[in-house]
Amino acid sequence: MTESQFHRVAERERPSLTLYLDGQAIEARRGDTVLTALLLARHVIRESEFGDGPRAGFCLMGACQDCWVFLDAGGRIRACTTMAEEGLRLVSKVSVP
Amino acid sequence: MTEGGSLRVLIVGAGPAGVRAAETLLKHGVKPTVVDEAPRHGGQIYRQQPDGFKRPPRTLYGFEAHKATRLHQAFDSLKERIDYRPNTLVWNLWRNVAHVAGPKGTDEIPFDALVLATGAMDRIIPLPGWTLPGVYSLAGSQVALKYQGCAIGQKVVFCGTGPLLYLVAYQYKHAGAEVVAVCDTARLSHAAYLMPGLLAGGSTIFKGMWYAAWLKLHGVKVLNGVTPLRFEGTDRVNALRLITGRGGEKTLACDAVGHGYTLKPETQLADLAGVNFGFDTMTRLWLPAIDEYGRSTVEGVYLAGDGASIAGADAAELRGELAALALLKDHGMAVPNARMVALMRKLGRLSRFREALDRLFPVPATDVHAINDEVVVCRCEAITAGEIRHAAHELDAGEVNRVKALTRAGMGRCQARLCGANIAELVAHARAVPLEAVGRLRGQAPIKPLPIALTRKADALWALNRPDEPWSG
Amino acid sequence: MERLETEVIIVGGGIVGCSTALHLRQRGVPVILLEQGQTGAAASGVNFGGVRRNGRALEELAIAARSLEVWRSMPHLLGSDCEYMVTGHLKLARSEADMVALARHAEAQAPFGFKVEMLSRNALLARFPYFGPKVLGAAWCESDGQANPRLVGPAFARAARAAGAIIREHSRVSTVARDGERFLVVCGDDREHHVEVRGRTLINAAGAWANQIAASFGEQAVMEAWSPQMVVTEPFPYFLKPALGVVGGDVYLRQIPRGNFIFGGGYGDATLASGRATVMPKETLGSCELAVQLIPRVAEATVIRVWSGFEGITQDHLPVFGPSLTTPGLIHAFGFSGHGFALSPGVGSIVAELATTGATDVPLGPLSIGRFAKESAETPGR
Repeated sequence: MTESQFHRVAERERPSLTLYLDGQAIEARRGDTVLTALLLARHVIRESEFGDGPRAGFCLMGACQDCWVFLDAGGRIRACTTMAEEGLRLVSKVSVP
Repeated sequence: MTEGGSLRVLIVGAGPAGVRAAETLLKHGVKPTVVDEAPRHGGQIYRQQPDGFKRPPRTLYGFEAHKATRLHQAFDSLKERIDYRPNTLVWNLWRNVAHVAGPKGTDEIPFDALVLATGAMDRIIPLPGWTLPGVYSLAGSQVALKYQGCAIGQKVVFCGTGPLLYLVAYQYKHAGAEVVAVCDTARLSHAAYLMPGLLAGGSTIFKGMWYAAWLKLHGVKVLNGVTPLRFEGTDRVNALRLITGRGGEKTLACDAVGHGYTLKPETQLADLAGVNFGFDTMTRLWLPAIDEYGRSTVEGVYLAGDGASIAGADAAELRGELAALALLKDHGMAVPNARMVALMRKLGRLSRFREALDRLFPVPATDVHAINDEVVVCRCEAITAGEIRHAAHELDAGEVNRVKALTRAGMGRCQARLCGANIAELVAHARAVPLEAVGRLRGQAPIKPLPIALTRKADALWALNRPDEPWSG
Repeated sequence: MERLETEVIIVGGGIVGCSTALHLRQRGVPVILLEQGQTGAAASGVNFGGVRRNGRALEELAIAARSLEVWRSMPHLLGSDCEYMVTGHLKLARSEADMVALARHAEAQAPFGFKVEMLSRNALLARFPYFGPKVLGAAWCESDGQANPRLVGPAFARAARAAGAIIREHSRVSTVARDGERFLVVCGDDREHHVEVRGRTLINAAGAWANQIAASFGEQAVMEAWSPQMVVTEPFPYFLKPALGVVGGDVYLRQIPRGNFIFGGGYGDATLASGRATVMPKETLGSCELAVQLIPRVAEATVIRVWSGFEGITQDHLPVFGPSLTTPGLIHAFGFSGHGFALSPGVGSIVAELATTGATDVPLGPLSIGRFAKESAETPGR
């Protein structure tokens, strides 16, 4: 099994872009959602707050709310309904006072 | 009575129902506002791919390509003439004002009449391992392909029931993804008996049969009458374990599962609008109460499409038009009665088809009774079946809102979209009472999570993931 | 038609009513409680969840002290701590006038035996480094805390039932009257199943609806039903331990260990007659703004739900607590005006004392229903 979850089967010819998770570069293409971009590189997008393990989204259409991820700049976005943008910086953990 | 020009109509949703409602209103001189969460119109089944994607409609929509194209073009030709707001969520309804949140922040849209065309989402029955990475909802796995050109994995199993199971599996295999199996809980053994009803849907049933045959021909296992047991794996799914129709256990190695049991309407805005809900014994769901034209129990509020009850895209287009005509008529405008009659007749045929389809692919809703205590039912809050049963048994909780208050099940981000029906089933089973007796979860605003940053106009831009704009707090 | 007889009839199944039922059963007294909906689901279940003495009206502090004993005993008494945590409470100042008011109140509270420390802005930030620029200082009370309001009423109800109390939910009281030496309480549920309950003592714990009971015996509080406007966010990494209030009371905020921020402020415009309390969108947006002013990091969170309910708010924002002035055997315990959560477990204990011995050492004079008899019927100022 590869590290990634999703697997491109079409639409490979699109301009590329780079986003970052915890400082690590992730290659994606214009038109990918943030969730798609993450899942083409890995199979986990967050850890459940309540200790029941890793999550990687579920409904892909903005209904289940399981794919909210942290922005480095502060705040959260819903990964499946947010387009990946060049230079977008995500973090998997947020430090608090 | 207001004249066409000054009647303010808000349509929520730009799928088949919303588009036809908008079109119908415009034809009669009413300029509606259409608010849609998606960046482009089309809804889910006719979802348009992002800019820069090149696949033709035939690839995306198969047999329905012409319908999809006609729908898209219909809205394209009118969207400049109406107030169209994509990427916008209606987070609350308050006394004839819709409170919305979009890329520029929050806003208010007053209305005289409201058409809710909010569509549907997957119906889920939880199993051990269903929260593992790699397990996606069935319609979600279709979105991955249609909207992103991706398969959810490299060895995909589809599991659950409903006609969508075969369509998505076909689309995946046809796109070059490896599809291990289609596992349908429905036996389909009584298909012949249901034929008269199924034929009321025209060629649709044959398309379905064609997909199933094509899949088998191309080496995809198609299993019927299965009982899925669990999704195996530690940090991601690696197999589906099930009982086959013949009673033996089987393990299907995979790295992704598309899992779902038909669809259920998104009814949160209907709830906020104060619409009455009635318990539907066939689907075992609480559905908004509407008449055959789409009028709800609240004056000025109409429902159309799968957001009212699941009837499919064709019916959604007709219901959108019909609800708009009823709306116009109710507001004193002349409408072609013959057209309304014709729409009703077409809808009658489709509803016979829908009924047969529901019987062909029954949702095994009561299977949730058998899940182990350790299985997570509310995935937002990680609440297990055991905790729900404990509340029902030991904590005197015989009503779902009480169970929610005591266990937190249904209190999470998705507002019980995924777990609500399953909580009710578990509570009713634990208390040995009819499902209807345990009530339904009360909806609250915001119907989807509302980032606080978005509500603060000064900082709204910050919420738009602009990494080059510093957040001043 | 059902006829029931008991010693004490309780109308109202909030925390006050259910705690009273439990404490009466501990004294071996037969009790029947009638609740129109589900136990603990009205003001008891929808409030902010603060368990505090800081900043409270002085007339309530003796009750608060008694109630703290009950809070501390809950694991034993109820089999659950109801998520009660001693996290401390900060009442925040956003102006110099606020600081003066806090200091004055800290001084007035001093004889009541719990420590309240005044903190300047620097001292506050040294301990709690997350406040926004509008916060100038605070009164800090280490012994205050918070709990989960949704759990408390039902937990008391279960314990009371286990101890032999009869608790009838979905039993709205339609009439109350004297029947010779006893009270007669009649209720019917949706199916018009009438129940007549007779008892020697009647406890009016009917919250926002209590004036209807009082009126039957020629008494009234000046009270309105107001609907709190509550907001909760999705879980956010946990850092805010103390519960927060402000001088002026227009916003209150806390974070639970699971991570959700809970905040609120203001009131909606629903009335008891309209049926269901609702949350006004502008109140939600307004509270978000106020919460962020206190703690800027809250701007990174996401609202996932709002809720409301009905609270009985008296004209002077003090509860109505003590014996009836017109009818022996009738005890009032209502009108906690949006800050009864901390008091209500203790109120139940005190009511049980009053009902059985006829007396209590908790001073209740200023809280008597009689204080409204002399005044004209003005509506409470907003």
